[in-house]
Amino acid sequence: MLSYVLCLVLFAIGIYCLLVKKNLIKKIVGLGIMEYAINLFFILLGYRSGGEAPILSKGAVGNNFVDPLPQALILTSIVIGLGVTALMVAIAVRLYEKYRTFDINEIRRLKG
Amino acid sequence: MSEAKGMSLIVKRITKITVSLIFLFGVYIVLHGHLTPGGGFAGGVIIALSFIHLVLAFGKEAALEKLNETRISIIESLGGLMFLGIGLLGLLGGYFFLNVIPKGRPFDLFSSGIIVLCNLAIFLKVGAGLFSIFIALSIMRMPLDSEKEKK
Amino acid sequence: MLPIFVIIPLGCAFLIPIVSKIREGLAQILANFGAALLLLFSVMSISWLKSGLQVYYVGGWRPPFGICMVLDGMTVLMLLVVNIIGCLTLVYSIDYIRRYTSPTLYYTLFCLLLAGLNGVVISGDLFNLFVFLEITSIASYALVAFGTEAEDLEASFKYLVLGSIASTLILLGIGMLLGSVSTLNMADISRSLSTSSSKNIILYCLALFIMGFGLKVALVPFHAWLPDAHPAAPAPMSAMLSGVVIKTIGVYALARVLFNIIGFNPTISSILTWMGIISMSVGVLLAIGQWDFKRLLAYHSISQIGYVIFGLGLGTPLGIMGGLFHLFNHSLFKSLLFLNAGAVEYSTGNRQLNKLNGLSKEMPVTSTTSLIASLSIAGIPPLCGFWSKLIIIIAAFQANNPVGAIVCIMVAMVTLASFLKVQKYAFIRRTEEVVSGVKEVPLSMVLAMVVLAILCVLVGIFAIPFLNTVIKPAAEALLNGLNYAGLILRE
Repeated sequence: MLSYVLCLVLFAIGIYCLLVKKNLIKKIVGLGIMEYAINLFFILLGYRSGGEAPILSKGAVGNNFVDPLPQALILTSIVIGLGVTALMVAIAVRLYEKYRTFDINEIRRLKG
Repeated sequence: MSEAKGMSLIVKRITKITVSLIFLFGVYIVLHGHLTPGGGFAGGVIIALSFIHLVLAFGKEAALEKLNETRISIIESLGGLMFLGIGLLGLLGGYFFLNVIPKGRPFDLFSSGIIVLCNLAIFLKVGAGLFSIFIALSIMRMPLDSEKEKK
Repeated sequence: MLPIFVIIPLGCAFLIPIVSKIREGLAQILANFGAALLLLFSVMSISWLKSGLQVYYVGGWRPPFGICMVLDGMTVLMLLVVNIIGCLTLVYSIDYIRRYTSPTLYYTLFCLLLAGLNGVVISGDLFNLFVFLEITSIASYALVAFGTEAEDLEASFKYLVLGSIASTLILLGIGMLLGSVSTLNMADISRSLSTSSSKNIILYCLALFIMGFGLKVALVPFHAWLPDAHPAAPAPMSAMLSGVVIKTIGVYALARVLFNIIGFNPTISSILTWMGIISMSVGVLLAIGQWDFKRLLAYHSISQIGYVIFGLGLGTPLGIMGGLFHLFNHSLFKSLLFLNAGAVEYSTGNRQLNKLNGLSKEMPVTSTTSLIASLSIAGIPPLCGFWSKLIIIIAAFQANNPVGAIVCIMVAMVTLASFLKVQKYAFIRRTEEVVSGVKEVPLSMVLAMVVLAILCVLVGIFAIPFLNTVIKPAAEALLNGLNYAGLILRE
């Protein structure tokens, strides 16, 4: 139970960093922390006490494996996170070319 | 820009040895994807890292003369098309993505049907994709710094 | 044969980079051919539904071990919305995208967007829905930034940040559901939730899903990204965003989760109706003072989506039918309005209403179709918008919600006033300085706008047969509620 609460604390740190910090690169790091927290939460859901890694090798007799389904889902989620991070970094590089600054208070031409 | 020409001589000599080792390790992880952890995505990342290693040590031109942008995008699309093709192959058996290739004995290298081919397709796509992201982001640095030097 | 809706656009998206290295013009032919095939199959799917609900098991694995794809009434309605607007927008962008730097990349991203949207709609598994939702979102972030002007990039970054927060909240909700019922198949989750005894987890998941999907659909506390992202995209992409994307990944996913998995209860009903009422009023009040054509249309999108959520939140059969019919109509006329705004910008070069001159002489087709769309959004009979607003107002009175009905009527009047202003400044008023060199837009753009206007008029005239064939099965699929599980798992 404690591990789930700590995952949610990490998620809260990630959201704080994404919303409050003014530098664009720090926002990208904040998004990364949020995604790691969610992935960790998912994998911890699959833990069974005393279990071992869910890999079947020759001659192994396994009757206490942890749940492999969340692990497969998180592989997909990590790849999606990679795609979003790559896109964010590319847009941040182009924004620097146009506005000459990474500060979010200066990048504010759209109003209303 | 000194980085366009690569790093020092020691780094270049060591890189010539380690690039092939990293490549071999990546291929091992892809081919054993159904026996050990890893599979297509992890192996593809390692292969892309070996090419990025080349770019960092020798400068952009050395890697790009072997593998220019046209070829990268063709490899990436071929990987995606191969994956769709494997899915359509399952239609021969009646369902999309059915496992129609004969499955050998367990724990062999070529057991478990289409999973090996799927790993190969994903490896092509992920490796080419990551390398092209790196090239795209590092090309964009060039106009900015040369503008700054002109000022 | 359900996976064909995902195979065709994915195949096009992977083939386009190879094909365009051979010759430049082949990319748009391939993309248009793929979209036309999808439209054909989605019209045929109305007849597939006659033999009951269809389930397709991917890989032959039965649920709950495998992923399944489901075709029911709601799916057919959303497939029609996605593919009609997708096909017409691709026809429009044959000429529009020539002005941008790289048409090949545009067609690849657009085909990926279509693949993701079709995948969200036919998926029967909750994590599969999340994966396709992410594909759609990433393609739309990249397409919003396509113009690479300074304001486009800033709008896209804002959209990216808020969209990723929404996706992370949805993933957290899916994680909590997985932890409590240990399965991800939608039918199986609803069966396990109705027999379980812990109600607290359901409340947490409900809050997370309403926040996450509400951000995607731009309900009012979460609407901050929409007025920046919709004007900054190229015009065909604005039409897709406002007309299709926020409905598919927002309203459809929210309705699926709330009606078929968690089950409809009075808490959900009051939350949805109040959020609908607030969205309607805030959207239209903020739209009055706008002078930028596309930004005004974006604020009106917020208010019309408020109508749809209000109709769905009423929960009665008439209310759900009204909400779903308004969803279909809104995608038709809002896409037409955004395509008109794009045509105006293509010819004259600016979007500010007080700088535009009366264009009805130089651009007759654009001004006629814009007139049809404006009358339709304001709810003038016999065009399509009138029927759906009438059904929602009658349903609100029947469901003992007079506040909502009065707000609907007042918002409709303010919408009419706002669009009369648009028509006057953009198309009717002529001042002394006549802008020279303005002529009608090229053929493919005219074709797309004319077909959409004809569809608006036809759906308005043949409203009752259309309601019975398409909207009624969709409303029944939602009202079935938790029986959805029994229908799928029995096959």
